[in-house]
Amino acid sequence: MGANKPTSTYEVEVGAKQRRLKMKTVKIMDKDNIQRAITRIAHEILEKNRGVKNLCLIGIRTRGAVLAERVNECIQKIEGNAVPIGILDITLYRDDLTMIDVQPVVRETLIKFDLTDKEVILVDDVLFTGRTIRSALDALIDFGRPASIQLAVLVDRGHRELPIRADYVGKNIPTSANQNVQVILKETDGKEDQVIVEERKRK
Amino acid sequence: MSEWTKHDLLDLQGMSKEEIETVLETAKSFKEISTRDVKKVPALRGKTIVMLFFENSTRTRSSFELAAKRLSADTVNIAAGNSSLSKGESVLDTARNIEAMNVDAIVVRHPSSGVPYILSQHLKASIINAGDGCRSHPTQALLDMFTIQEKLGRIAGLKVAILGDIRHSRVARSNIWGLTTMGAEVTVCGPATLVPPEIEAMGARINYDIDEVIKESDVLMPLRIQMERQEQKFLPSLREYAKEFGIDAQKLKNAKKDVIIMHPGPTNRGLEVSAEVADGKYSVILDQVTNGVAVRMAVLYLLLGIKR
Amino acid sequence: MSLLIKNAMIVNADKMEKNPQDILIEKGVIKRIASSIKEDKGKTIDAKGKLVLPGLIDIHVHFREPGDEHKETVETGVMAAAKGGFTTVMCMPNTAPVIDNRSIAEMVVNESKRIGLINVIPIGAITKSLKSQELTDMFELKDAGCGALSDDGNCVSDSHLMRMAMEYAKMVGILLIEHCEDHQLSSGGVMNEGVTSTILGLKGDPGISESIIVARDIELADYFDSRIHFAHISLKRSVELIREAKARGIKVTAEAAPHHFALTEEELKSFNTNAKVHPPLRTKEDVKAVKAALKDGTIDCIATDHAPHAREDKEKDMDHAPCGMIGLETAVGLAVTELIEPKILTWPQLVEKMSAAPANIMGFKGKGAIQEGMDGDLTIIDPEAEWEVREEDFVSKSSNSPFIGRTLKGQVAATICAGKIVYQQ
Repeated sequence: MGANKPTSTYEVEVGAKQRRLKMKTVKIMDKDNIQRAITRIAHEILEKNRGVKNLCLIGIRTRGAVLAERVNECIQKIEGNAVPIGILDITLYRDDLTMIDVQPVVRETLIKFDLTDKEVILVDDVLFTGRTIRSALDALIDFGRPASIQLAVLVDRGHRELPIRADYVGKNIPTSANQNVQVILKETDGKEDQVIVEERKRK
Repeated sequence: MSEWTKHDLLDLQGMSKEEIETVLETAKSFKEISTRDVKKVPALRGKTIVMLFFENSTRTRSSFELAAKRLSADTVNIAAGNSSLSKGESVLDTARNIEAMNVDAIVVRHPSSGVPYILSQHLKASIINAGDGCRSHPTQALLDMFTIQEKLGRIAGLKVAILGDIRHSRVARSNIWGLTTMGAEVTVCGPATLVPPEIEAMGARINYDIDEVIKESDVLMPLRIQMERQEQKFLPSLREYAKEFGIDAQKLKNAKKDVIIMHPGPTNRGLEVSAEVADGKYSVILDQVTNGVAVRMAVLYLLLGIKR
Repeated sequence: MSLLIKNAMIVNADKMEKNPQDILIEKGVIKRIASSIKEDKGKTIDAKGKLVLPGLIDIHVHFREPGDEHKETVETGVMAAAKGGFTTVMCMPNTAPVIDNRSIAEMVVNESKRIGLINVIPIGAITKSLKSQELTDMFELKDAGCGALSDDGNCVSDSHLMRMAMEYAKMVGILLIEHCEDHQLSSGGVMNEGVTSTILGLKGDPGISESIIVARDIELADYFDSRIHFAHISLKRSVELIREAKARGIKVTAEAAPHHFALTEEELKSFNTNAKVHPPLRTKEDVKAVKAALKDGTIDCIATDHAPHAREDKEKDMDHAPCGMIGLETAVGLAVTELIEPKILTWPQLVEKMSAAPANIMGFKGKGAIQEGMDGDLTIIDPEAEWEVREEDFVSKSSNSPFIGRTLKGQVAATICAGKIVYQQ
């Protein structure tokens, strides 16, 4: 598989001072790894919740929504029934709105069912500081009072800044702070599924 | 969507197609929030927005207030009657005093054209024009465009008719700027005393033949006729206005089948529009009110959502 | 006490001297003009490289005293006039109370005597309280020192009353100055009516509100064989009417304000209340017509309509801010920049517009020319100096000028009134 071998190395020039950054990219998961992880997560969800009763999936825009869709496909294969699924846009709940200077685009939140008394599985691609999940939890609470909220992520890369942990993890990837984990999915990126770690080092 | 760089919303004159589209797209996302049980998101938590209204308004003011509150901003209302303006303070001085209390935005309505512009020149707070004199009412035009797009699926290529007192209407002016920027054809129609020929310089066409205008238009937008126009000698009588220019079921018989009727409100039923038409199947007047909150949320978010 | 001006390039309305001359003023009167005068009794000014004009005369200013002393007083107005190169000014009667009786007129005369720098001549009202209802006591006003009569700020809207005023004033021997504005037509207009006012959503004042009164007063003056002077003509159509009237021999004269040849209605686009003025700033075409009228003599003179307003008044919204702008300190700069530089007027023609013609219209003896025996009123101008109009430099009590920030050419170097230096740069 050679999943840990550097796949490409290129140089980009950034900023007025033309500082040279060298970016090293390492593929951590490929298409099959990702599919297996999703299937395993689907099984774990069903096992823990004893079936699909009261279960629903909420994906966080944009890649979490795609992953939720895929988990739901697996659930349907296993159980014969899909569960209700929604998309959550957390832009308006971000705690860093007043610290950034590029306007984030607000997209629609699509949750067409009542969350009250539901077992909600929140799905995202990468779990990092936990702040996105914090925003998502706030947003979900505004939609009703679920019986429980559980968290499923494809990658947990550590470095938490809030007391948040995932219930279902596709892969734990120990990383350093100057690394960047990127999940690439066919639906959102138009490229073959993979998870890559980029390393930025100042030369 | 293009990157948003505006600090104030004063006018649609000079606003680009991309900027208008950004507002309309953003508003689409915000419309859903108002349908939730918890109609509130924390995007503007900690921000203070002052509604500085030198002119009476129920609709626009409460729409802005709801929009601000649904974004978790704190709001304060200042109505001119209670303010020190009546004691001879200059507008600018009043606004400076408000800004000194560290507010983030001032939503201002004033009977004199240009006041929001002047405030924006002197104050750091974001200035949002909620209507100035006969000049500009940008959020009304934006919500009108949002409603047209929602109901008819597009704006470009549509024929939009604005009817009535064009001379004194900020809604007409802002809609002419916005709609022509978005590629619609705008026709204005009304009594010659209330339709200044100079309006054609803004890109609208004048046609005094109301029947012809009704026949060819996709959108009809009768404006509110102020009762005092008769006293000011602009009209022989309101009765004649209602008869010649009021939109009623009879006049609508020749209209397009999917025509929509809009009105910036509040309507003078039986004057510029009959009750039957205002409540009828072509009317989207209440949708405009609903969309007003979403559009104003979008505007507040775009202006105040991030640090500048 | 004498004053000697050396190396003066003398400009009169009829010609500009080719060689510098010396001018000796004694006891307030020009004693001698010669190529070289030796005199060491009094003061000497060297005017080398500068132009020396007969003292400028502004027949249209507002000094706000009595009543609005927070905007301007006779004293601060006089200082501004001296800085602007003016040795004689006439102040309009729309004070509070109005100059419509002897006591107010004398108060202004006495105050200007106390200050003593330049000549201030009050203009009395045509109608009591400027209300267009009853005529003022014109003999008394003339006797109290009023040089002319006007309801400026208001038009004499009653045509019958204007007829009576003309007939009576002719007998009294005093000139009437009309502020041409049909108040019904202009009602509440804050700028010129047209495309710009429509786009800005500001209430327009149609130009015909001016030309209708110009036409009416021409007809009255013709019919009753009376004189009439038109204040601040701003409109192409008014110019045409006046040109035609003059050709017919009707006794009309007219003035234009610097802002009406230097600015257009475009100025209002920034909602600058300092550009709100009556009559309003007009179109490019009107500006062109006013300039042409100054050139061909249809408009006889330049008068500033210096109208000070306090900052707090001008900080109001466009509908409520008062009309008017100050003009004394920028008049020469604007005239040089807008009229001399583009070769619309020659220097002698400018002297005609700013000194000789106003003296002639008002019948000021001894003024309007530099000749032996005339009054020792002189304005020394540096024609090449470029300077920026700055708010902090105004000596007027108010600074409501739309010209702030503009660079002008031509600056007053010194003003001499009755042989006394009343301003020196």
